[in-house]
Amino acid sequence: MSAFVQLNNVSKTFNVSAPWLNRVLERKPETFLHAVSDVSFDIRRGETLALVGESGCGKSTVARLIVGLYTPSRGSITVDGKLMRSADETNDEARLMRRKVQMIFQDPYASLNPRWRVADIVAEPIRTHKLITDSAAVDKRVAELLGFVKLTAKDGEKYPHQFSGGQRQRISIARALASNPEFLICDEPTSALDVSVQAQVLNLMKDLQREMGLTYLFISHNLQVVHHIADRVGVMYLGRLVEIGDKSVVFNDPKHPYTRMLLDAIPDLHMTGKARTPVAGEVPNPLNPPTGCAFNPRCPKKFGPCDQTRPELQGLADRSVACHAVTFS
Amino acid sequence: MTANTATPLLEVRDLHIEFPTRRGILKAVDGVSFSIAPGEVLGVVGESGAGKSLTGAAIIGLLEPPGRIASGQIILEGQRIDNLPYEQMRKIRGRRIGAIFQDPLTSLNPLYTVGRQLTETIQTHLDHSADAARNRAIELLEEVGIPAARERIDHYPHQFSGGMRQRVVIALALAAEPRVIIADEPTTALDVSIQAQIITLLKRLCRDHGTAVMLVTHDMGVIAETADRVAVMYAGRVAEIGPVSEVIHKPQHPYTIGLMGSIPEIGSHRERLIQIDGAMPRLDAIPQGCAFNPRCTKVFDRCKQERPELLPAGVTHAACWLHAK
Repeated sequence: MSAFVQLNNVSKTFNVSAPWLNRVLERKPETFLHAVSDVSFDIRRGETLALVGESGCGKSTVARLIVGLYTPSRGSITVDGKLMRSADETNDEARLMRRKVQMIFQDPYASLNPRWRVADIVAEPIRTHKLITDSAAVDKRVAELLGFVKLTAKDGEKYPHQFSGGQRQRISIARALASNPEFLICDEPTSALDVSVQAQVLNLMKDLQREMGLTYLFISHNLQVVHHIADRVGVMYLGRLVEIGDKSVVFNDPKHPYTRMLLDAIPDLHMTGKARTPVAGEVPNPLNPPTGCAFNPRCPKKFGPCDQTRPELQGLADRSVACHAVTFS
Repeated sequence: MTANTATPLLEVRDLHIEFPTRRGILKAVDGVSFSIAPGEVLGVVGESGAGKSLTGAAIIGLLEPPGRIASGQIILEGQRIDNLPYEQMRKIRGRRIGAIFQDPLTSLNPLYTVGRQLTETIQTHLDHSADAARNRAIELLEEVGIPAARERIDHYPHQFSGGMRQRVVIALALAAEPRVIIADEPTTALDVSIQAQIITLLKRLCRDHGTAVMLVTHDMGVIAETADRVAVMYAGRVAEIGPVSEVIHKPQHPYTIGLMGSIPEIGSHRERLIQIDGAMPRLDAIPQGCAFNPRCTKVFDRCKQERPELLPAGVTHAACWLHAK
């Protein structure tokens, strides 16, 4: 199958310089934050790709780049063969792309308008994209969408505050589905939820994917959740992909030392009482990243070239790794 | 049960916490009892609103009004502390009970250097000169693994990363060498690799000093690694309590069984997670009988009539009529 979503060397740089006057008076240079650097990956139709990594590794920036909330500084993003446009373009093609690509946010308390009834929240994409104009038909469609996420049509008359966190996240999903999208970007959709509720939402997302043939980009820092939901996994560190491959390959035989470290750091239910091997160090300051491989100051396998040259992503069909210590024969 | 032969450092007996509202009294914590021995870590898990943080807040005497302890006792080293006047409780808090909260940024004062905050705490509780207090503060920062503690002591909280800030908070909690530490979601705001560092640190400190720790979290994985015993809370009551490996591997209460099944696990190939349908009841609508009965797959008549107390179930204790003899 060919790629449905494609990222080609996408980079995003933010200008985080001090104000102009300070720069002039204090002779400070302009500073740039490289939030995402040269990220390339494909997602096949109907597949779930998960991006994992610690806070500040750029995974949410990738999500925002794909939906068009940010414009890439370099590189291109295509969905179904068409170039993704930024959110401020209003021509028909850009609108169509936006209909096809929808996003589910992390915090179900902040992502729903508290002054709107649930039915209006779910109907907004339908009205914006003029998918259905007849108001009775809109109501019918909203009821159907609420049914998809296991809520009732009557729930549409309530306000968001009358729902629990898990129910609100299901309302977010119904809203995302309202425009008949093909591609859903889920930015930490369950990290604000309790585990038993998380299980409800994850099961629902899997069911919907199967029934509607959706493609997911799933962003999470929780590797157990990623293992459950993803087909392929990409690991990011300081704005770059360090390893990407099929879920079973990455989880069973991690090659990059950072992936290995992340997997070792997961609290394991079966090793009660035993201590984990904690990893030393923290993510370096992204304004002043280390030379060479960004992971080298924390890496147990560091050797000669690691602080000199940056390793490129290379590998086989089912997995790629960016590490000097890993060789593929 | 484990380690309970020693006299408990902290004992909570039949604790009830209420919130009076216009529409009646809400019972947020409804008859919770447990004890923690020296050097023991008791994990308290449960979903949001189960009453786990309130129980912790009641122990350190920081229950926010209108919340109040309606009945029950909190006993620290044989002394009842739940009915002490504010000033006396203030002397115990920090000195004999330390607290670690979830968000390391809000538990530090952004306007003072960490050194000033540490020395202030040390001098409030211990009879130290300014110099001795500063040296002790440096020692503490070194103990919690902050590199270059001698320079870092004069930095402000915003100059530390999240993991380092949480270390400062732990140092602050340890400053007066308390006998009991209440840690409320100490690792929830941190990344996994930092989480592992903090848990290892907390365990080591607890072992070295013989401190009793009440670890409140919703993360079963953290409990599995850190705790000796675990109490599972549901709707203001303890649903199950017992040694951690037993509760995790052979849960006896249907809620614990569901909770364990809903955690995705690496290595398993289940297509679907076990889900507990529904949500925890609101405090104003707690069902009669067992609070879990509307969501329970094994519900029978008695569950809807009478509320179960903790009953022996295997090696653990579970509040479930399935275990009634």
